Amino acid sequence: MSEALSAERPGLPGALHAGWASLPNALHAEWTKLRTVTGPAWLLAATAVLTVAVSAAATAAVRCPSGIACPVDTTKLSLSGVQLGQAIVAILAVLAISGEYSTGMIRITLTAMPRRSAVLAAKAAILTGLVLAAGTIAVLGSLLAGRLILPGHGFTPARGFPLLSLGDGPVLRAAAGSVLYLALIALLSLGIATAVRDSAVAIGIVLGLLYLFPIIAGVVTDPHWHRHLEQIGPMNAGLDIQATTGLSSLPLSPWAGLGVLAAWAAGALLAGGLLLRLRDA
Amino acid sequence: MSTGTITPYRPEARAGRDGFAQVLRAEWTKFRTVRGWVIGMVVAVLVMLGLGLLTAGGSTSSCQQAGGGPVRTGAACGPTFTVGPGGGPVDDSFYFVRQPLTGNGSITVQVTSLTGLLPPANPNIQAGPNGPTDTRPGLMPWAKAGLIIKDGTRPGSAYAAMMVTADHGVRMQDNFTHDTAGQPGAVSAASPRWLRLTRSGDTITGYDSADGTNWTQVGAVHLAGLSSTVQAGLFAASPDYTVVSQNFGGGTNGSSGPSQATAVFDHVSRSGTWPGGTWTGDYIGAGGASGIGGYHQASGRFTVTGSGDIAPVVAGHGNEGDPATTLTDYLVGTFAGLIAVIVVATMFITAEYRRGLIRTTLAASPRRGRVLAAKAIVIGSVTFVAGLVAATAGVIFGAQLSHHKGTYVFPASWATELRIIAGAAALLAVAAVLALALGTVMRRSAAAVTVVIVAIVLPYILAVASVLPVSVSDWLLRITPAAAFAIQQAAPQYPQVTALYSPGSGYFPLAPWAGLAVLCGWAALALGLAVVLLRRRDA
Repeated sequence: MSEALSAERPGLPGALHAGWASLPNALHAEWTKLRTVTGPAWLLAATAVLTVAVSAAATAAVRCPSGIACPVDTTKLSLSGVQLGQAIVAILAVLAISGEYSTGMIRITLTAMPRRSAVLAAKAAILTGLVLAAGTIAVLGSLLAGRLILPGHGFTPARGFPLLSLGDGPVLRAAAGSVLYLALIALLSLGIATAVRDSAVAIGIVLGLLYLFPIIAGVVTDPHWHRHLEQIGPMNAGLDIQATTGLSSLPLSPWAGLGVLAAWAAGALLAGGLLLRLRDA
Repeated sequence: MSTGTITPYRPEARAGRDGFAQVLRAEWTKFRTVRGWVIGMVVAVLVMLGLGLLTAGGSTSSCQQAGGGPVRTGAACGPTFTVGPGGGPVDDSFYFVRQPLTGNGSITVQVTSLTGLLPPANPNIQAGPNGPTDTRPGLMPWAKAGLIIKDGTRPGSAYAAMMVTADHGVRMQDNFTHDTAGQPGAVSAASPRWLRLTRSGDTITGYDSADGTNWTQVGAVHLAGLSSTVQAGLFAASPDYTVVSQNFGGGTNGSSGPSQATAVFDHVSRSGTWPGGTWTGDYIGAGGASGIGGYHQASGRFTVTGSGDIAPVVAGHGNEGDPATTLTDYLVGTFAGLIAVIVVATMFITAEYRRGLIRTTLAASPRRGRVLAAKAIVIGSVTFVAGLVAATAGVIFGAQLSHHKGTYVFPASWATELRIIAGAAALLAVAAVLALALGTVMRRSAAAVTVVIVAIVLPYILAVASVLPVSVSDWLLRITPAAAFAIQQAAPQYPQVTALYSPGSGYFPLAPWAGLAVLCGWAALALGLAVVLLRRRDA
């Protein structure tokens, strides 16, 4: 409908019109918006710093005394900061759209860029890029912390815990997967925030989705239910990507788990995109 | 400037408008007239109730009779526990060398040795058909042997016992849940222990002594309604071999078969009326199935061997009472309710900043501390009432659902039930005040909501997820706001039973009210900071 309206405008030169609605311009506009306020930069920095800090703290808290078998997945342990990092990524993603609603900016954005799906796609693309960058720093920092701390706490190569290295296939998969995990969390949050518009409600729903599944799975005694909850929960399933040991006992294979999260994110974006098209801003 | 010129500008109505009751009323009006917030509170109640019932209804026990037959589900086959005098599930299984005792009387004995056998260290080696062949010498820490006076031979009946234990010295225990320490130290031929039990009416008194001459009273217990003729004598028991590892993965509890304890008794002497005349040795409870046990009597010396335990069943995941639920499980929805409440409570202040209403509010009531106090009271009370409704309904309906589904529910005293229900409501209310305070400090909804949810929920998830060692998990649940979930612990921790008492299995490091106090401390701190900032900053 919006295309039909703008196409009827006689005064607008065709070339200019095409340029205005094109995705590169939308991307440029979203990039400018995120770049010129200080919030996103701070949140991205906080994502990296807090993820590394929590990972290092968790790693430092675990020791393997000599003479005891330690059933510890050191890769997963050194990436545990992602559980906090995802919350900050969620704030960033929620604010990317709900910030526009709270200030009324969304009306200007949609006037300048009437193709609403392009606006959402541009926001998603910029957000993904930024989170991938911050997530890479966070994950590499966490692994480096693990590599430095673990050997001093009894997790030595001699006892079957090789130094964490990206040259190791499963470790590389866990690291790359964790970065993708953060990006998918951003997309999930963006989709939900587009659908509900209010930042407080959106962040509540996102954190509820992430944190409630593991808690409920923890108290359900029925093994079938327990397994299903672990398979469909976006956080449980998505974080399967961090596992490097005991893969056979996982409720889902690592990549399938990340796929579940991707499905959640796609569903949320779709719902958000549809509502954005259908509703008045 | 005299005060006379100022007074006319302060009309009498001013005092009334500035009163705290008016501020309170204004805040209440704001809350109840914003539809989204009221809906948010209703949603909090519904998700809290719904998730709890989903959990209670999600587990259906199913079973099949030993001889085959149709698989039955639901109420037809809950776990069958022996029930003790206190109403809770118990283990009551031991080897008993006994005689009837009529009326008052006493029995005294000297214990000179306590030894035992453990099942193979490698759990994959099963005991052979002719009894456990790969056993090794050793004692479970709570292997026990001594004197017992029991109200008949029915498992679960009332009792009082004086015993020596492997690692915990002399103990007096009664009715499964009570445990009193006597002399410390292990028993041996060089350092024997003398034990005595005396019955006088419904009261049984236990004594211990190192030499049989100088006696110390360990305890006196009252067993209500004790029959006039009771069974009294010697016993031995040793709980199933369990290794509780509290190092990794949130703790694990591996059990691999029965262990046994053998005690040597000397100088058995009795007073009172013992009409039986001869000793009978047999198993109480299910322990006889292991094929371990027996007694041998020669020249006044008794050697008694037994397996099993006389103790309460411990609730929690990974423990013996695992298939059963506790009241806490009905309130797992508290986490979902918490998130909804935090969102509403944060918006209660951040919405004023976003809309600019805060300037009107502060113009109408310039004493800013009072405004915040009124907001805290309104949001705290509303949340408390909502939480009370949800928790009460959750516990009532959850119990019915569990009964219907055949899930065993650990009984809890009415005081515990009340504490858990009121505690859930208080937890939500204090969390709401914390969210309000942080919303005032940060003035941004998204950041404030995230900080509060992450501070309360994430430490709990990290503590119960199998990532951190138990010691670290315990510290997380002592100092972070997540400590408040201790208020929801339903099952008590029994020091006389070796089991997995970790956050993951429902046991918290702090006492219930102490845990809630930690959250209150955080809320008070945040509220203090919020008042200071609200006064100093321009709105």
